[in-house]
Amino acid sequence: MDVNAVALAPEILLVIALCGVLTIDLFLPREKRWVAMPLSVLGVGATAAAVLSLWGTEATTLGGMFVVDRFALLFKLVFCLAAIVVFFISQDYLREDRIHMGEYYTMMLSSLLGMLVIASSRDLIAIFVALELITLPSIVLAGIKKDDLNSNEAALKFFLFGVLSSALMLLGMSLLYGITGETALVEISAALAANEGATEIAMLATFFVVVGFGFKISAFPFQWWVPDTYEGSPVPVAAFLSVLSKTAGFVALLQIMFIGLGSLADLWAPVFGLLGVITMTFGNLVALQQTHIVRLLAYSSIAQAGYIMLPLGVASATDASLNETVVLATVTYLLIYAFMEIGAFAVAVVAGRRDGSYLIGDYAGMFTRSPAIAVAMTVFLMSLAGIIPLAGFWAKFMVFRAVIEGGGLWLGVALALNTVLALFYYAAVSKTMFMDRSDRTDRVSLTLKLRGVVTALAVAVVVLGVLPGVITDLATGSHFF
Amino acid sequence: MNWVDEWGITLAVFLPVAGALAILLTPKAMEGVIKALALVFTGAALVVGLIVAKAFQIGEAGMQFQMNRSWIPAINADYHVGIDGISLPLVVLSLLVTFLCVIYCYWHLPEPVNAKAFLSLTLLLETGMTGSFIALDLVLFFVFWELVLVPMYFMIGVWGTERRQYASIKFFLYTLFGSMFMLLGFLALYFQSEPNTFDMLELQQAGVLNLPVGLAHLIFGGLALGFAIKVPLWPFHTWLPDAHTEAPTVGSVLLAAVLLKMGTYGFLRIAIPILPDAAMTFAPVIGILSAIAIVYGALNCLAQTDLKRMIAFSSVGHMGFVMLGIATMTPEGFNAAIFGMVAHGVITGMLFFLSGSIKERFHTRQIADLGGLSLKMPRMAGLLAFASIASLGLPGLAGFWGEVIALLSAYQPHPDLSLPIFRTAMVVGGIGTVLTAGYFLWMLQRVNLGTLSEKWRKKSLPDVQPLEYLAWVPLLALVVVLGLYPRLIMDATDSSVTALVEMLPGGDASIATTDR
Repeated sequence: MDVNAVALAPEILLVIALCGVLTIDLFLPREKRWVAMPLSVLGVGATAAAVLSLWGTEATTLGGMFVVDRFALLFKLVFCLAAIVVFFISQDYLREDRIHMGEYYTMMLSSLLGMLVIASSRDLIAIFVALELITLPSIVLAGIKKDDLNSNEAALKFFLFGVLSSALMLLGMSLLYGITGETALVEISAALAANEGATEIAMLATFFVVVGFGFKISAFPFQWWVPDTYEGSPVPVAAFLSVLSKTAGFVALLQIMFIGLGSLADLWAPVFGLLGVITMTFGNLVALQQTHIVRLLAYSSIAQAGYIMLPLGVASATDASLNETVVLATVTYLLIYAFMEIGAFAVAVVAGRRDGSYLIGDYAGMFTRSPAIAVAMTVFLMSLAGIIPLAGFWAKFMVFRAVIEGGGLWLGVALALNTVLALFYYAAVSKTMFMDRSDRTDRVSLTLKLRGVVTALAVAVVVLGVLPGVITDLATGSHFF
Repeated sequence: MNWVDEWGITLAVFLPVAGALAILLTPKAMEGVIKALALVFTGAALVVGLIVAKAFQIGEAGMQFQMNRSWIPAINADYHVGIDGISLPLVVLSLLVTFLCVIYCYWHLPEPVNAKAFLSLTLLLETGMTGSFIALDLVLFFVFWELVLVPMYFMIGVWGTERRQYASIKFFLYTLFGSMFMLLGFLALYFQSEPNTFDMLELQQAGVLNLPVGLAHLIFGGLALGFAIKVPLWPFHTWLPDAHTEAPTVGSVLLAAVLLKMGTYGFLRIAIPILPDAAMTFAPVIGILSAIAIVYGALNCLAQTDLKRMIAFSSVGHMGFVMLGIATMTPEGFNAAIFGMVAHGVITGMLFFLSGSIKERFHTRQIADLGGLSLKMPRMAGLLAFASIASLGLPGLAGFWGEVIALLSAYQPHPDLSLPIFRTAMVVGGIGTVLTAGYFLWMLQRVNLGTLSEKWRKKSLPDVQPLEYLAWVPLLALVVVLGLYPRLIMDATDSSVTALVEMLPGGDASIATTDR
């Protein structure tokens, strides 16, 4: 088997960083273990640099399992940058909650490695291995607060649902292998196109695969673990799960659906349309009643998953240009989602630092106490709501555009109604911060790190809202047809 | 003056944003600097707007001061702006009113005082409002249209009166609901056009859109829902009384004077020229709803005990006249509508200023508590009487022309429209004018006349202050000037309106489009 080391450079660098962080942590006295964070940032930064140096190249290696193209590189970059941001918001949180830093960053780096691999995986086995590599360290991360019952519960729920969904996905994948005799997505696609007779089994296989991914991307009805896991985990881990882990799920899903099962699109597209509508409606309706910011963000992220999968509802087996619009919409949404979702979690971390409170009611009077925090949170939440002039609007716009082009008017109407519904709870948080009065006068204390991260993300969300061309240009051409 | 031709309107629209950024970078404590910045930037925008107005070629039907640059290539959206006779008066109106609002802020800022936040939102709002009137690309229009939501939400919610939280979220949700369907309509237009385009001018051309009748009606319905909520047309008006009443004075003024016009403008700029046949089908419905709005607004006003809420409801009626003019699909009706928009903006803006200033002094807006105003503050009472009489449509003042021509045009609507429906609407509208006169005069009787309540007699309450005069005199002057010389606006609008009417079925420009 040929191995193209250049194409694998980002992954190799990340493995080195991972081993380095783990090893160094062993030999350092407790008070110096904070170096795990700068080391991780450095390692991931080097990985990102390697990704950038590959920009524009196309390569295939490991016998066709591993493909480097625009799509893969774009998402590798997103994963790296998002991971760095999560590292930045983790550090103070870990120190205050006395969480072991070495383990924490090692686990995150391992999970990140799985994400980099999955963006390039064009083979069922590679995808499955990468998915497990993403999930298992995440479970440890969710339970890393060992003496906290909520954290234990978070990890256990995550683990049980994860195992179940992995089993189902594996069943689907083996069925696909059974009827086509192939594991490479391209070959599966060719075999399915040639072998019309096995459509029923192929549908069954698709069903199991979709169920398995439903868990990763928190689609209804596989989302039950999400709120409890997010709430029980350390908040930066919740950010990691809701942004990086979910994006990785979508990245693999797009590859399987469009490269491997593209010829069955007319059969699976309506399923995604329906799932998308139910997922976003469920997420939004339940989010309306939340009083805990992390639970609110958890349900909001379920709703967001609904928006992101909605374009798949109009995918077509024959119309490549329509599929291009669909993938463009999903990719654009994922890119913009990363900014605003991490931003919202970052503010939740910051605002909760002082007294460890994540109740929305405690945000009352934030505008007079810490106006910058109030404004930043509003920017991120309004962006998630899809309000102009913030980046989130363009994410929604692309979804609207895709479903209307595909003739899915009812999907568009459902999205429109959900946008209005969702605004209510996003605006309610802003309302509490700006309009409710409070007796508290204490200000939220910000370290330079957190201030820098939050400011940078907020500025990015606004700038991308005014100049969305930057993101759409990046996303255009990032597909695999 | 080459830069004006291309950059003039862009500059006028984006100067306020620059001002907002400058204010954001100024420390909160430097209130004087913040106010000065707001004044300078809105003033500069107004000056640029007036330069553009001066250079505007009256009598030319097409778009002037156009600029067309690529903006978001991936979705084929351009930065395409330009103005014609329909948009020019509205652009100048929004620039002027915002400038006056900033002057008013020198006299008074609402609680909790925070000049930095309040003025930067005002300036952001200005960009959204003015931008809506110059955008010629549907996506760009939508961006400006939605840009006003967040500032207005916070303006009402943070600086409003008692029920501000309820009013602000109601405004936000209601408007977003309408605009989401409008957006669906825009996207449908894009994908139904050949070649695919968001450009309003291209979409208006014959042959670009080939829609089945049913789909055209559906799209028009989506657009109309978005616009009608903004106007607001009965029965989509329920957000308005709350938002207008609870908003701080400046917010109410901007809402009434400019924001509502975005809805009526949307009909004239987008819905009617792009979907003329569907517009003809829907016109009788709009006509009927407008007639209901006129009477409904007036009846509600009669029942109000709160001065500001009464003025808010009067907007429903006045915008009903504007929509009635639009629904007739005639040049007279369209001209009346645009005139009515400007007149309503000037007069009702003035009324909201007055009700705000009265509230500041008396700490109440209850009509019953305010009796004998003319004894305590003769000048304030005089201005209130003047603005009220202008609003009820006294000939010689601005309010007259828009309403009377709208009613006249309903007598003889577009030949394809049902005569009985529009003549009934005219009669109903006529009754509405009588009721309008009724509630304004009754309000004046209760507020201005009568005896002064004991609790005010001993207090020293200042009459109109110099800064208030400064903010109000331009509006008062416009009420008189537009009333005596309506051609000031009609001349600018007429040729554009004629061109618009020719796009309708039966018009010269419609021959190729009739079989759509």
